[in-house]
Amino acid sequence: MEAPVENVRREKKSKKELKVERRERKTQQTLLRHAGLSTTQKPSQNLVVSNGGLGNGVSRELLLEVLKEGGAVKSLLMPPNKPYAYVTYASVEDGQSAHRLLNGRVLRSQGQEVTLYISYVEKVDSEVSGVSPLPSGLSVLEEFISVEEEALLLQAVDWTSHTEELTVQKELKNRRVKHYGYEFRYDNNNVDKDKPLPGGLPPECGAVLQKCLSEGHISVLPDQLTVNQYQSGQGIPPHVDTHSPFEDTILSLSLGAKTVMDFRHPDGRSVAVVLPRRSLLVMKGESRYLWTHGITPRKFDVVPASDAEGSGVVTSDPSNLTLSRRGMRTSFTFRKIRHAPCNCVYPSMCDSQRPPSPPSLPVADSDACRLETQYVHHVYEEISAHFSSTRHAPWPKVRDFLLSLRPGDMLADIGCGNGKYLGINPQIVTVGCDRSVNLVGICAERGFQAFVSDALNIPLRSSSFDACISIAVIHHFSTKERRLAAVEELVRLLKVGGRALIYVWAKEQEYNKQKSKYLKTNKNQENTEEGSGSEERKPVQENRECNVSGLEEQPAEKVSETKLSVHTNRTVFASQDLLVPWHLKGGKNGGVETACESEDRAAATSRQDRVFHRYYHVFQHRELEELCCLVKNVKVRESYHDQGNWCVVLEKTQ
Amino acid sequence: MKLLTHNMLTSHVKGVTKGYPLLIKATEVKVNEVEFNPQFVSRMIPKLEWSALIQAAEGVGHRQDLPDTLVSNYENDEDFLHKVHRVLLEVEVIEGSLQCPESGREFPISKGVPNMLLNEDES
Repeated sequence: MEAPVENVRREKKSKKELKVERRERKTQQTLLRHAGLSTTQKPSQNLVVSNGGLGNGVSRELLLEVLKEGGAVKSLLMPPNKPYAYVTYASVEDGQSAHRLLNGRVLRSQGQEVTLYISYVEKVDSEVSGVSPLPSGLSVLEEFISVEEEALLLQAVDWTSHTEELTVQKELKNRRVKHYGYEFRYDNNNVDKDKPLPGGLPPECGAVLQKCLSEGHISVLPDQLTVNQYQSGQGIPPHVDTHSPFEDTILSLSLGAKTVMDFRHPDGRSVAVVLPRRSLLVMKGESRYLWTHGITPRKFDVVPASDAEGSGVVTSDPSNLTLSRRGMRTSFTFRKIRHAPCNCVYPSMCDSQRPPSPPSLPVADSDACRLETQYVHHVYEEISAHFSSTRHAPWPKVRDFLLSLRPGDMLADIGCGNGKYLGINPQIVTVGCDRSVNLVGICAERGFQAFVSDALNIPLRSSSFDACISIAVIHHFSTKERRLAAVEELVRLLKVGGRALIYVWAKEQEYNKQKSKYLKTNKNQENTEEGSGSEERKPVQENRECNVSGLEEQPAEKVSETKLSVHTNRTVFASQDLLVPWHLKGGKNGGVETACESEDRAAATSRQDRVFHRYYHVFQHRELEELCCLVKNVKVRESYHDQGNWCVVLEKTQ
Repeated sequence: MKLLTHNMLTSHVKGVTKGYPLLIKATEVKVNEVEFNPQFVSRMIPKLEWSALIQAAEGVGHRQDLPDTLVSNYENDEDFLHKVHRVLLEVEVIEGSLQCPESGREFPISKGVPNMLLNEDES
């Protein structure tokens, strides 16, 4: 399997040695820079082998063979994708002998000459990052079919015919593709459900599909098959199979050769999974709807060394990795055509649940008003009852602020929602207002004083309040000017010396290494409570790059920069301006549909739910403070992060 | 809407300079008994626009011979505080409207809730 090894002895020592020394110094610096690791002149049993890494095509077996010349190898760590390896010998003497014998050694690996440079290191960083679990909903079933069945399936594919029947002929650069049952169209990443292909699925698939059914991997037989054939070095870009054309479970058989498939979560987690020859990959739920999957085009995969034929996650345990040459692999991917729109809980990846025409981030004030009317005001009216039923617990720090007010103080709660803060402190006078008629109605029913008003133009006397609160309100304004105006309007109401408490949703949902409640809350509780947001682990740009909506391969439809994207609840925020879905449960409005209602509404209604999208601008660290500093006659008294919110206490100074 | 709330509300129609106090046009007024707390009421009084309160109380028929101008030393006048308590906290406008004294714009009150939203051209 491995390329032939050829060890070339060094000649002309002195000259070469000089070169080696120079190289060694250079290597030393490079390592210092990249790995934060220092090499040493002092002989040691630990050595770093530059150029002897998986990252430059040296397999574990090849390297080990050479290293054994030096002495007894205690351990060999080969970090994935790195151009170096660490070896530990049984003794310092062995280390010295290896250094003497092997420094400058030329290996021939995969047709290329590679010169090993060896340096001593004080200690080897054997840190093994924990084994990442398989994406939720994913399983790999080894030896799912026999060698005979494999051959039968491979013979069933006639690569020569049918092409003229396809409606769209797209050349796929990286692999051969053939469709059965329905054609998957790469121009729109969808299938034409009214145009089944003649012939259906090849009868050779019958047995394996029956096995899937009887073992419970699927509950209905698939009616679409895509066969992909990859030569060594070919791959498929990361993508999520489009939600709307296919049902949940996706099955994929690996025939002819194994490969490594990369799965990536929008939060940046990535898991490489070995798909052995004759295994069945089952993708359900999160792994089907939210994670992207793809195959990196390359000729060698980094795979576990000890269990080279096994399936599962490729760990980053550098003591157990080697290279595996790819062979020609044919995959049979079985899917079931979906006839109702998708209603998964991953709207950010769901083409069925995308708003009909996602709005752009407004620049002009009139556009901002229109956006907020449709994506804030109307939504709260629609979801008010359900929303209110999810909002009862006051946030402790807001409560503390209210209880810190003096008896007889006047308080205005601007954006009071269902009034959960209006009755906290009975010693003060509290009035609330909200843009939502329905929510204010709930306040009134609860016996609170409240009126309907916009936060930018509040019908209250200036300089007459001892305190104002604005909890989870200002993040609904879609331009900076409007957010600033909202703060100014709060300040207008305050007496000199009066204080305003402002809470907005934070882009940073993990602060001081604490995840917010929002992230920790069960995924099934899909509706958002601000004041609980998302952890910031990695910029989620990757999300953009990969083919979110598209099936296989084409660099799918690119989400335009200016269009607002839909957030997946309980995940990292991909951007500051986004649409956050609200799944309306049942509710009195549940059945009311009008002709102009969007497809996503119809989709949601199919399960007695409707999905609404609220516009949010999530604030970055310091952004709220900086906004407040633009307001005259105000001092920021406190500024803090509380459960995924940025918060300030302002004081009016004159 | 209690008259305490009314006392804080003002017209915010664009261009209006004298939007206070709003004129109450009530079609349904209720009196809901609320526990009397003389200390609380006497703390409230200095924060009020007294004349606006009297005008509002008059308008809804619950003035109870309260004076046009605020008396001094009311803190110990339990009878006076009780009347203020009633006007401020017990009288509620359930249905009707609030009218801007300058522009004449009316804001509806329904089920006790004033709707102060403006149209685009008014804000």
